[in-house]
Amino acid sequence: MDLKEWFANRRKGREAAEVKQPLTTEEYCALWTQCFQCRELLYTSDLRANLQVCPKCQYHFRIGARQRIDQLADQDSWSELAGNLASDDPLGFFDTDSYPNRLAEAAHKSGLSEAVLTGTCLVKQEKIALAVMDFSYFGGSMGSVVGEKVTRLAEHAASERLPLVVVASSGGARMQEGILSLMQMAKTSAALAALHDEGLLYISVLTEPTFGGVTASFAMLGDFIIAEPGARIGFAGRRVIEQTIHQKLPNEFQTAEHLLKQGHVDMVVERAKLKDTVYRLVVFHPAPHKGARRPDSSKRLPVLG
Amino acid sequence: MDNNRKVVPLEFEQPLSLLSQQIDALERQLADNPHVELEADIVQLHEQYIQLKRSLYANLRPIDHLAIARHGQRPYTRDYFERWDPDWIEIHGDRHGADDQAMVGGLLCMGDINVVAVGTQKGRNLRDKQQCNFGMPQPEGYRKALRLFAHADKFGLPLVCLIDTPGAYPGMNAEEHNQAQAIAMNLRELARLSVPVLAVITGEGGSGGALAIGVSNRILMLEHSVYSVISPEGCASILWRSADKVATACQSMKMTARELLASGIIEEVVEEPLGGAHCDYDLAARKIKEAIVKHLNLLMKLSAAELKQQRFSKYRKIGCFTELPVC
Repeated sequence: MDLKEWFANRRKGREAAEVKQPLTTEEYCALWTQCFQCRELLYTSDLRANLQVCPKCQYHFRIGARQRIDQLADQDSWSELAGNLASDDPLGFFDTDSYPNRLAEAAHKSGLSEAVLTGTCLVKQEKIALAVMDFSYFGGSMGSVVGEKVTRLAEHAASERLPLVVVASSGGARMQEGILSLMQMAKTSAALAALHDEGLLYISVLTEPTFGGVTASFAMLGDFIIAEPGARIGFAGRRVIEQTIHQKLPNEFQTAEHLLKQGHVDMVVERAKLKDTVYRLVVFHPAPHKGARRPDSSKRLPVLG
Repeated sequence: MDNNRKVVPLEFEQPLSLLSQQIDALERQLADNPHVELEADIVQLHEQYIQLKRSLYANLRPIDHLAIARHGQRPYTRDYFERWDPDWIEIHGDRHGADDQAMVGGLLCMGDINVVAVGTQKGRNLRDKQQCNFGMPQPEGYRKALRLFAHADKFGLPLVCLIDTPGAYPGMNAEEHNQAQAIAMNLRELARLSVPVLAVITGEGGSGGALAIGVSNRILMLEHSVYSVISPEGCASILWRSADKVATACQSMKMTARELLASGIIEEVVEEPLGGAHCDYDLAARKIKEAIVKHLNLLMKLSAAELKQQRFSKYRKIGCFTELPVC
């Protein structure tokens, strides 16, 4: 074979390979993702390798609970707790569709059985109790199961003397469960009160978006509150506020950076540094032995904070 | 407000208004012409009126309860405080720069029990309403309440919370002053109190804004009050995308006092005077006071640790889910 022939063969081989795998439009689209913020076309696998953060403008894409756990937990260290809890339909709720149908749809869409995953894992060899919410399941809304899972995890953290980390992402309470959803705010807050009295560390991570009953309960009760860059965080939604006060809100309103300026969160940490930040906070606050509380602090009632 | 003012009828009370117009007409006739034999008719009509009112009030739809709970003449927190203890001492301010008028707090003597009381206040006339922000507290209001919780805890005084609010105020300042944190902190600290905590929903129990002074050992509700995770209007617009589904939303959310008693969320329904609390302030105030004193007497028998434990386990149990077998 002379050199010319070799080149010809190679070209033919390449052409054949290309013809063999024509890309459908869908596949082609799946290869690329457009950044919501800077409109840059990003190669999807690059984006994934960059933890779903736009390399150009640092826009943090929403990520699912499993992906978040992969990013935070040491490899193969995740062990799920209470994964067998499933929502009931206590009110027989029917709006334009029945609640059970909506649950099934949410499960299909997200590949999860509820809006939060709870369990334990290692972060750089430090064991933590971790809850991660997923906005793609029913808008990350809190019903009985979410409340129960977070509460059980807080109890597990208290009994195992583990630091608790909760990554929130939620539109608020789940209306389809009525008052039971509201009561989950009280339930989770009470469980965190117990954890607080045990002197254990609780880190709350707020991600895009965190609103309503979740913000107004466990998400705002962290010893540390970390927010992801650009995340929108608040109690009432932007539209509701605009309708109430009859004026347009500034763009930066309710963003993580604005909350930092206002003193509502401790730090805004980019995704690539989140694991390290959690690790450093955890090792800074070793768990006290059971019953070895620092004196006088269990009775202390902070008037603020 | 005195007890003799004219009660403004609600929409569902229209048959009653017609009847009372008839009675008025006959009474006028009788006054003009004392000779006509009308008295028997009038007495009969009065009886009919009462019967009709009873039957109307025995068959209220959830949205009717909502209308009564929101009645412009419904007694508010200050009306109750004044009737329970004319010498009550009002406490102002959150100690951080504001005194939210939507949250009222003070020291009251109820029967022979000294209590710390807080409650949301709606305001009666336009100026009042604006000052009270229509009963929607800002973070400063919740922090004022938190300060009073701490006061009750320090001095071992029972805490009584009256709830009548559409919800926490969804405004720009409220967000910038961290409404969510103010509510969350109240939830956590109420759970930790070592004194009896009793909440009474006297009108609207609107979502997180109500819960922020509602985590308690026992919750009582006035007969026509409501308590829900979101306002029926909000629910209708989000889930049905339609403003005329409010009645359906009211029905679906099971937000009336009796429904919540049946589901075990609250401990007692306090009966209102016929026609609603706004028909007789004094009687309504007396009935609530009796219920509060009864429950406080029971709760005060518990130790600090028992009170805290009771509150904890009460909320720990709330939730409805299935535990699937683990494969």
